Amino acid sequence: MSIVTVQLGQCGNQIGFEVFDALLSDSHSSQGLCSMRENEAYQASCKERFFSEEENGVPIARAVLVDMEPKVINQMLSKAAQSGQWKYGQHACFCQKQGSGNNWAYGYSVHGPRHEESIMNIIRKEVEKCDSFSGFFIIMSMAGGTGSGLGAFVTQNLEDQYSNSLKMNQIIWPYGTGEVIVQNYNSILTLSHLYRSSDALLLHENDAIHKICAKLMNIKQISFSDINQVLAHQLGSVFQPTYSAESSFHYRRNPLGDLMEHLVPHPEFKMLSVRNIPHMSENSLAYTTFTWAGLLKHLRQMLISNAKMEEEGFKDPALYTSWLKPVNAFNVWKTQRAFSKYEKSAVLVSNSQFLVKPLDMIVGKAWNMFASKAYIHQYTKFGIEEEDFLDSFTSLEQVVASYCNL
Amino acid sequence: MTQSVVVQVGQCGNQIGCCFWDLALREHAAVNQKGIYDEAISSFFRNVDTRVVGDGGSISKGKICSLKARAVLIDMEEGVVNEILQGPLRDVFDTKQLITDISGSGNNWAVGHKVFGSLYQDQILEKFRKSAEHCDCLQCFFIIHSMGGGTGSGLGTFLLKSLFDIISKIDLMVNSGKLGTTVKPKSLVTSSSGALKKQHKKPFDAMNNIVANLLLNLTSSARFEGSLNMDLNEISMNLVPFPQLHYLVSSLTPLYTLTDVNIPPRRLDQMFSDAFSKDHQLLRADPKHSLYLACALMVRGNVQISDLRRNIERLKPSLQFVSWNQEGWKTSLCSVPPVGHSHSLLALANNTCVKPTFMELKERFMRLYKKKAHLHHYLQVEGMEESCFTEAVSSLSALIQEYDQLDATKNMPVQDLPRLSIAM
Repeated sequence: MSIVTVQLGQCGNQIGFEVFDALLSDSHSSQGLCSMRENEAYQASCKERFFSEEENGVPIARAVLVDMEPKVINQMLSKAAQSGQWKYGQHACFCQKQGSGNNWAYGYSVHGPRHEESIMNIIRKEVEKCDSFSGFFIIMSMAGGTGSGLGAFVTQNLEDQYSNSLKMNQIIWPYGTGEVIVQNYNSILTLSHLYRSSDALLLHENDAIHKICAKLMNIKQISFSDINQVLAHQLGSVFQPTYSAESSFHYRRNPLGDLMEHLVPHPEFKMLSVRNIPHMSENSLAYTTFTWAGLLKHLRQMLISNAKMEEEGFKDPALYTSWLKPVNAFNVWKTQRAFSKYEKSAVLVSNSQFLVKPLDMIVGKAWNMFASKAYIHQYTKFGIEEEDFLDSFTSLEQVVASYCNL
Repeated sequence: MTQSVVVQVGQCGNQIGCCFWDLALREHAAVNQKGIYDEAISSFFRNVDTRVVGDGGSISKGKICSLKARAVLIDMEEGVVNEILQGPLRDVFDTKQLITDISGSGNNWAVGHKVFGSLYQDQILEKFRKSAEHCDCLQCFFIIHSMGGGTGSGLGTFLLKSLFDIISKIDLMVNSGKLGTTVKPKSLVTSSSGALKKQHKKPFDAMNNIVANLLLNLTSSARFEGSLNMDLNEISMNLVPFPQLHYLVSSLTPLYTLTDVNIPPRRLDQMFSDAFSKDHQLLRADPKHSLYLACALMVRGNVQISDLRRNIERLKPSLQFVSWNQEGWKTSLCSVPPVGHSHSLLALANNTCVKPTFMELKERFMRLYKKKAHLHHYLQVEGMEESCFTEAVSSLSALIQEYDQLDATKNMPVQDLPRLSIAM
C-alpha cells in the first residue's frame, strides 16, 4: 500500500528530499545477508510504497511539495532531477511568492483558506495515482510560519476530506536556544491543533539530532544537510518494508496502519519518538562488527535513560503503564535485508513519557511570553485572538497532565 | 520571489542610494555569471529592452538586456540627482523615476513636509504606483533619508504618511542616513557615523558604503538560497514584540569600505564577537550593557548551523535578555557571501540602548525650543503650528518612558508565572 508524503515549508521540503533520497539509495544498496529474491521483493515493496513509475523508468516520488516562497522547492526539484535516480512529479508542487513571515496566524488563517482548493487538488491527484492508498505522511516544522500554520490547516483539511485515511505528522522540534523568536507560540498553536486532527505525531528534536551528529558521527562542522540526513536515515528505517505478523514471507502491507495500531492505543497519547542505532561516521563502519544482543541492549538503555537483548529486555512490565500488557505494548518487526550501509540496525519507535519534558518547557516559555503580551499583535492582525492562544494552552496542559499521570 | 522598491529622498538619501545601487550591481554580477535575468536580480532590478518606446519594454526572462533600478529618486534641489545621472550609474535610472525641484528645503522640516509635500503629493503617489505596477509581487519599500536636513526629514516623513494611507498591507521599512533615526510604521534601522575609524578624503563615501551594505545584507537571504532562509516580513515579525517599539540597532561585520579589499580573513568566531562590541554598532550605543528584547543574526557565506549555535552559546551569558524572551534569537543562513568576503554577519537588535539616543535628541531639542530659537522659520510655513512641536515631544517622551519601564526589569530574577491547572 502506498503512502503519500506532503512536504510543507522550507524544513519539510528539505527533509522530504533527504527522505526520498535515503529510501531509494537504501533500496539500491547492498543487500547484506539476504537472498537475491528477497532483495527484489524488498525493492519492489519500497518502490510501491513511496514511488510511482514513469515510462522511462525513473521513479517519481509520491509527494506533494508546498511552500509559500519558491527558492527551496526549486532547489529540491533540481537536486532530485540531478541525481538521475528519481525525481519529483512535475505538477506536484504548490508555490507562492511571499512566504509566511514566521507567522502561524498568516499560514493558518490567510494562506490556508486562500490556497485550500489548489493544494487539496494536487493532493487528490497524487492519492488517485495510488492503487491502494495507506495514508499520509506530513513533514513540517513547528517553529516557522508555513510548516506550522499552513501545516496545521492542511492536516485539518485532510482529516475532513479523508477521514478514513491515516495521517502521521513528522514534526521538527526547533533548537531550544532559538531559530525563530516566536517559535514557542508557533509550536503550541501547531501542537494543539494537530492533536485534534492528526493520528500520530512523530517528533524529532533538532537538539537531539545535532548531538548525534556531533558525538556519534563525529562531524565537525554540522550543517542542516547533515542533520536532515540523519533524520532521513531514522525515518527510512521506520518505513522500509518489514515482514508482517502473519508470515515471514510477505512484506507488511499497511505500515502506517500497523504502526498506529500498536503505538497509539489511546487518542490522548499521540506523541511518538524514534531511536535508531547504529549511527556512525563512514570511517568507523569498516571497523565495526554488529551483534544483535549488543544493539538491542543499547536500544533498551536508550529507551530507559532517554539518551536515547534480547527482546526479553523490552517485555519488562515495569516499562509500560498498568493498563497495557507488555505483550500488546511491544512488537517486533523484522526483515532480513540490511538497511542503508549498516549490516545490522535496529530502530525503536516509542510512545512514552519522555517527550513530556520538552513539551512542558515549550509551554512554559510560551506562557511567560504570552503573559507579557509580546508579539500578540502580530497574530491578532490575522485573526488569531488571545482566546485561541488560551485554548491551545489548555489543550496542551491537558496532554502534559495525562502523560504525567501514567 | 518578491520585489522591493528603494525610495531615496534628499541629498543624504540619494548619495546612500547611489552607493547601494553600485554595490547591488557588483553583487549580482559576481553571482550571476551567465547574464540571465533571474528571480534574485529581479528583486531590485527590471530588465528592459531600451529600444521599445514607452512602457512596454519590460522583459521578464532570458538574457539581461538593460537593467533598471526599482527606485524613485526625490530631491528638492537638482545637484545631487544630476550628478548621479551624469555618473557611471546613469543607465540604471529612468528619467521617469525622478522628482526634483530647484530651491531645496533650506534645512527646514516644515518646508519639506508641508510645502513640498502638498506640491508633489500627486506626483509622488503616481511614481509609487508605477513602480509597484512593474512588480510581480511587491513586498517592501525601502526609504532612505536623513533626519537632520529639510527634504529628507520633512518630505521623507510626508511620503511615508501618504504611503501608509494607501498601502497598509505592505511592510514598510525605513533605512536612515547619517544622523540617526527615522520614524516609521513597522520597524526602523538606525545608523550613524560612530562606526568609522579611518580618515578618508570623502568621509561620507565610506559611511554611505556601510549603510548600503547593510541594506544588501538585509535582503540577501530573501534573494539568494541558503539552508535557513529569512524573508523581510520575518524581520518585523520576530523583532517587533510591541508595535511602538519598532526601533532596531544594527551592526555589521566585517566592516569595510570599497578600498579595503585586502583585509585578512577574520576568524569566524571573531566575527560574531565583533558584532556585539560597541565599536561595530551603527548607532552610538552599547547593546551589551542594555536590555535585549530580541536579536536577529543574518549570516552569509560558508557558515553552518553548528558554527551559529556554538557562537550563540558562547555569547549568550554576556548579554541580557528581557525576562519573557530569554532565548530571543532569530537566525538565518544564506549561502552566498558578499563580494570580496568569505562570510559576513548582520546583527539586528531590538535593544533598550536606543534610549540614550532618544533622550539626547529630546534634550538638544528642548534646549532650542525653550529659547524659541529658529522657531519662526517653521511657524511661518502654512499649516505648521506649535502643536506640531509639542505633539512630537510628547510622543518621544512616551517612547522613552516605555524603554525606561523595560530597563527597570533588567536585573530582576526571572520568575516563571503560574500556569493553567487542569482538573483531571
